[in-house]
Amino acid sequence: MARLLSIFALLVFVLHVTSESTGEVVEQLEGEEFTEELLFRPLPDRKVLSYFHFESKVPRTNSYGHHHRLFPKAIYQLVHKYRITEMELSFTQGRWNYESWGGFDPVASSNAKPPGVELWAVFDVPQDQVDASWKNLTHTLSGLFCASINFLESSTMYSAPDWSFRSLSGNLRYGSLPREAVCTENLTPWLKLLPCRDKAGLSSLMNRPSIYRGFYHSQRLHLTSDALETNAAFSSSRKLQPSWSMNSLFGRTVEGKCALAKSSNVYVQLEGSLVYNMKDTWNDIEGYEGEEVPYEGFGSNPNFGFSVSPDRMMKEVNSFHKEGSSILYGFSIKDYHSSKPFDLGFRWKLPVTWSCVKAPLRASRFLMGSGNEKGAIALSLQSTEWSESLPKAHNDEEKCRLRVDVFQVVPWYIKVYYHTARLFVDGVPQSLGDVIEKMHVSPSEDKVSPGVMETILRLPCDMKSASLTLEFDKGFLHIDEYPPDANQGFDIPSAIISFPDFQTCLEYTQDNTSIKSPMVSKMQEKRKILSYTEVLLVPLTTPDFSMPYNVITITCTVFALYFGSLLNALRRRAGEEERFLKSKDKNTSKLRLLLSKLSAKLRGRAWEPPTSTPPSSSSSPKLISSKVIIKIVLIAAIGFGWQYYYG
Amino acid sequence: MEKSTKKQPWFWTSAVASIITRLVLIIYFPNTLNFSSRPEISTPLTSIRRLAEGYWLKQSSMSPYAGSMYHGSPLLLSILGPLTIDRGEGQRSHLLFSLAFVVADFITAMLIRSIGQLLQIADSQSLKSLGAGRLLKVSGLVPLAAFGWVIASHLSLYPAILVIPLVLLIGSGLDTPPRKLFVQNKYGDDQNELSSDTHRKHKGTTNGTSNLIVFSWRRVVLFFFWASVWAFYVLVLCSISLKEFSGLGEMFKRTYGFILSVEDLSPNIGLLWYFFAEVFDFFRDFFLIVFHINILFMVLPLAIRLHHRPCFLAFVYIAISSVLKSYPSVNMQFSFFLFSGYLGTLLLSPVMHNLWIWRIILVVESVSSMLSHDRALKQATTPVSKKVL
Repeated sequence: MARLLSIFALLVFVLHVTSESTGEVVEQLEGEEFTEELLFRPLPDRKVLSYFHFESKVPRTNSYGHHHRLFPKAIYQLVHKYRITEMELSFTQGRWNYESWGGFDPVASSNAKPPGVELWAVFDVPQDQVDASWKNLTHTLSGLFCASINFLESSTMYSAPDWSFRSLSGNLRYGSLPREAVCTENLTPWLKLLPCRDKAGLSSLMNRPSIYRGFYHSQRLHLTSDALETNAAFSSSRKLQPSWSMNSLFGRTVEGKCALAKSSNVYVQLEGSLVYNMKDTWNDIEGYEGEEVPYEGFGSNPNFGFSVSPDRMMKEVNSFHKEGSSILYGFSIKDYHSSKPFDLGFRWKLPVTWSCVKAPLRASRFLMGSGNEKGAIALSLQSTEWSESLPKAHNDEEKCRLRVDVFQVVPWYIKVYYHTARLFVDGVPQSLGDVIEKMHVSPSEDKVSPGVMETILRLPCDMKSASLTLEFDKGFLHIDEYPPDANQGFDIPSAIISFPDFQTCLEYTQDNTSIKSPMVSKMQEKRKILSYTEVLLVPLTTPDFSMPYNVITITCTVFALYFGSLLNALRRRAGEEERFLKSKDKNTSKLRLLLSKLSAKLRGRAWEPPTSTPPSSSSSPKLISSKVIIKIVLIAAIGFGWQYYYG
Repeated sequence: MEKSTKKQPWFWTSAVASIITRLVLIIYFPNTLNFSSRPEISTPLTSIRRLAEGYWLKQSSMSPYAGSMYHGSPLLLSILGPLTIDRGEGQRSHLLFSLAFVVADFITAMLIRSIGQLLQIADSQSLKSLGAGRLLKVSGLVPLAAFGWVIASHLSLYPAILVIPLVLLIGSGLDTPPRKLFVQNKYGDDQNELSSDTHRKHKGTTNGTSNLIVFSWRRVVLFFFWASVWAFYVLVLCSISLKEFSGLGEMFKRTYGFILSVEDLSPNIGLLWYFFAEVFDFFRDFFLIVFHINILFMVLPLAIRLHHRPCFLAFVYIAISSVLKSYPSVNMQFSFFLFSGYLGTLLLSPVMHNLWIWRIILVVESVSSMLSHDRALKQATTPVSKKVL
């Protein structure tokens, strides 16, 4: 059975029609719309990616007052209250495998997200109110999605990237919670945003057990001031290119479309390199000729077959890759209903191997050093076959340089020394000035803000590997600041590596006409390639949580000892003490006499009167020395006892 | 140190040998025996890496205090910062730095030695002067003393309390036996009356009559004048070097504020981090006040009791503040004494809190021994008058 790898995307668009008065009634009624789409894509490592794309749009009208037919009211209120221009919230479980699942195509670069929760938002408010809006937003979302997004409220958890995250910024805030566990309790409120929930339409496929059994699961809510969308993706795999069907993937079938959806489509996407490799096999086996192969007989292809014949077939144009252009098969589920459920099956007839289109550089991040005192973060970028094929032609005057943007947020307890940045290209240390085009650092402030590093690197195109290292000291937290499982370590959120030189877009045409599908048009948008690095786990020293009272006691003892004994030493006056002793002698002489008599009697000796108090000047050294000896012995005994019991 | 006056050749050979040892350590074991990253030596205030980070931030036109890395003076950045830059290899900067430290340590050692010699001369002279009545006057280095005091308290705040011993030193000269002794010597006949009232009266009269121990107010005023001049100068320099980023307010917040509020909880040999890492937040402010007051609280009693020995008073102040300050390290003027204390405590017990207790005991015992030394002096002189009666 094929394993599932899924991405949900709910993209909800809020149209801001500025001229509210002059809209035609018909348009306003038609303005609110919802579409549902599902994309399947076989992946090279025997998994299947399923990408749900729900999109709902609403114009800003007053025709229903504060109510909407399709659009989730909570989101609408959110947008209005906090004046959000754009926002993206993603919940992810598992890590996107850029190596085998691809890192270049629009689905991967816009939907692959770091583990846990990632939230960014752009606000349309004055600069000084952005932070307040962000805080309110995190609390609201936390309630809406049953997640601890409210932890992003603290200023140590979010940052304001200057330019590397998105080109538009200023009012942008970015935060992520790598440790957040994602579960059904996050999916259910997310599904509530859909007009049919998971009762009808494509969303009825979202069977919780099969979704969470997948290798990767990410649900995403993307809001733009023009629009709002929701996305989700799953992917799945098995050895030997497996045949799969919706029923085998999800354990469910689709019983008709969501009645409220404007369009409801399922797509199967075959990647360019797959199509290319299939062509090879066709050529080898049957000597099949011509490029139009897959056009013939939708359901009956020598390599694979569908259980339902596709309604449409779209071919990629302006392909970026020489190898082949990707193909998209479309299925409409308009005509299916409960008695005739839609169950798309995909069957491989011939074995085929191919590989995904990877991002220009493979980015990974790891920790170096040992001990609880310090360490180093290393970011390594390795070339892929994609970057090897980059134009090396223009060697004339300027070397070809690949631009890489790095955006990295580090929590304050990882104290990064930015002056220790070292850059190695193919293992050779480089001077920073040659490689770093621009660098913006806002160092971390203890318990106030995280450290943010934004860098533009210009790497030579013909390099094999590059790495950037930064040394850091591990900070020490107050006992209250440790999480309950402090010994597990602390997470450093993923760094974002983007390649602005490359833009990904897939343009499909059917019979030379462009397709009006929200998902396909989303793919056609040019966007820069993003990839997220691993989350790092840093073990920090943990104090003894059971000992605060002991610590307080020992510290106060030290202070009391200092204060008391020093004051005593200062206060003591030798002359007065002697006088005091003398006067004491007079008082106690009778008692002494009595005592000495008694002792004499006991010893059976003749009593002799005690000599008057010995001259202190002569005998005091002796006295002092004996006292000192007693003191030393006492201290040694205490020390010994201490060692004996606690050593 | 103080014994080396007579044995000049021995001293010089040992000095040269120690310098050679350090150079060998620096050149041949740059990484293995480099203690500059050890928490015993490098605290948030003294760490070279933090200084380098501050210098880097300043070079990249950011405030050196951005981020919680650097907490030192902006002047240090201009002086030591250029040494931190890696010129290609990375070893060179380390070498330069170490050489600078060796030179600084040598100068400090020589100064301490000369102070010791002066003290010894003063001691013997004043002992003689019990009979002869001749006191050594400090040569007029008032501006230099003021400069030292201003810079020291600018760099780490705690030396500010040294103003009292300095004033005493400048006003009345090097360490002397208690004034009473002179009084007793001159007015020995009246000493049999032990009531303190008459005692005080006598002191008053002696102060008026004897020209031996005159507290020279003129020099003190001069000292304060120079101190304010230097302080103004330092502040102007700081504000010039911080002009582009932030004012002096930020500097005070990031240096003195950082010292006083114990924000950084990384371990050092002190005990405040240990306490504040675990104390409940509610009591934090209270204990901050209590701990800092503890340093200040003893200033006055010590000054009253030890006013005749300003050098020893300074030693005790330094000792107290380096035990109780917020980010202590071994690397201080006081290090020799503490270090020998450490050796002792290390042998006795490897437990950390014992170490704190022993350090306290060291301070207290040294104070009480000095007091008893004075007492012994007094006793050595008073019996004469007693026996005369």
